Amino acid sequence: MARLGMVIDTRRCVGCMDCVVACKTENQTPEGMNRDWITYATEGRYPHLSTTIQSERCNHCDSPPCVTCCPTGASHVHEWGGVVLVTKGECIGCKACLASCPYDARYVHPDGYADKCTFCIHRVEKGEDPACVSVCPTRCMHFGDLDLPESEVSRLLASRQHHAVLPEAGTKPRIFYLE
Amino acid sequence: MSPAISELVSTAHSPFTDPHVHVWGWEIPVYLFLGGFTAGIMVLSGWALWKGRRNLRPFRTTFALASSGLFILGLATISLGMLALFLDLGHKPYVWRLYLTMKPWSPMSWGAWILLLVYPVLAAGVLLDPPKALLRYAPALEPVVQWMEARPLVRHAVGFASIVTGVALGIYTGILLSALGARPLWSSGLLGPLFLVSGLSTAAAFAHWASPEPEERVHLAWLDNLFLSIELGLIGLLLIGLLTATEAHAEAARLLLGGPMTAVFWVGVVFMGILLPLVIQTLAVTHRIIHTPVAPILVMLGGLALRFVIVSAGQLSHWPRLS
Repeated sequence: MARLGMVIDTRRCVGCMDCVVACKTENQTPEGMNRDWITYATEGRYPHLSTTIQSERCNHCDSPPCVTCCPTGASHVHEWGGVVLVTKGECIGCKACLASCPYDARYVHPDGYADKCTFCIHRVEKGEDPACVSVCPTRCMHFGDLDLPESEVSRLLASRQHHAVLPEAGTKPRIFYLE
Repeated sequence: MSPAISELVSTAHSPFTDPHVHVWGWEIPVYLFLGGFTAGIMVLSGWALWKGRRNLRPFRTTFALASSGLFILGLATISLGMLALFLDLGHKPYVWRLYLTMKPWSPMSWGAWILLLVYPVLAAGVLLDPPKALLRYAPALEPVVQWMEARPLVRHAVGFASIVTGVALGIYTGILLSALGARPLWSSGLLGPLFLVSGLSTAAAFAHWASPEPEERVHLAWLDNLFLSIELGLIGLLLIGLLTATEAHAEAARLLLGGPMTAVFWVGVVFMGILLPLVIQTLAVTHRIIHTPVAPILVMLGGLALRFVIVSAGQLSHWPRLS
């Protein structure tokens, strides 16, 4: 089984938010809610400050707490690619998954069910990239099978320093940021 | 030297998660409180049944331990709690989905099934000494009541089932939160016993207030003091556990130790809800003051405040993103 993941080059990302707009357009996310977003992390002492720009979304964790805590099985790991998905017809809207996610990647759809990034599984199943990846003007986002040594994402991870968001939360995130 | 800067700006602005998670409002603390209270009633009354206690003046000892009155109250409080839980759901028409599966790693799934067990056990408790009005409106229950009455073992069995189900219900209300590791304040297994003991304490306080048996009131006041002391100890252990874990957990503990929840926690939960009733009930059982409803009311309000504080502070706590 493939293990889909994403690698994002923070040296190339300019925070243009094309990925955010592409996601909203592709997935028709409700007004005021996003499946992906940009963070600007600034650290250091003036004048020696550095800012890292990251495009973030659900990390489709290998140990997803949202799936573990779901009482109905609505949150589940898709058999293809290990993508974490929500079946809206099974979700009761208890919001335990929102509370369990250390990345705050989920929201409650106005219709009442929990919603989040799907890695655009409907596109990926047709052999296309997720919408956010496909529109990135700086080509900073890469998508593929992390278990395949010859995939682009595996080669990038093998050749560059990288980090994940909050690995200490123990969820084994599958989105990596090149430094 | 200029100060170190560590700043995170995010374009995410979901109303449920920014600037911090606030997915649960009043409904969940109220549900956790009523669930714990019902669990306390089930354990205390179940223990009285298990010990073979029988109320000699049925229909008059409404709220004595092992009376149908307490079991009826339990049915009412758990139903109100489940109503609060239902009101919190975002996708209400799909609530039945809970009962199409059993997810062994999801405390909420366990809770759904435990709640299903609670009703028949409470109903059996009512039928051991049913109110006359119930038999008048539902005469078909009469043979069931007579069958139960003719078998003393049934009384013990209902008592045992009530204790087991009550303990499961009480612990689950805490584990429900502690399984959500993304909120450091909740990630302690101590929340299970803490909510159970708090539930026992609120039930003992209510029975202390409402019981018509003077001797039982004294016993319940002592018992409540024991529960309150254990609760105080568990709160201390919870804070020690958080302060000695990771920085994220220590930061979560500081929400109650100087942070925004400090006043309501120490004044509302610890002083008004535990220490003051401990003193009042000790004076009452040593015959220095008369028994009044003041201490029981404080204990019950303290139990409610505990749930509000833990649910709110837990949602404020998070894993820090920057060093």
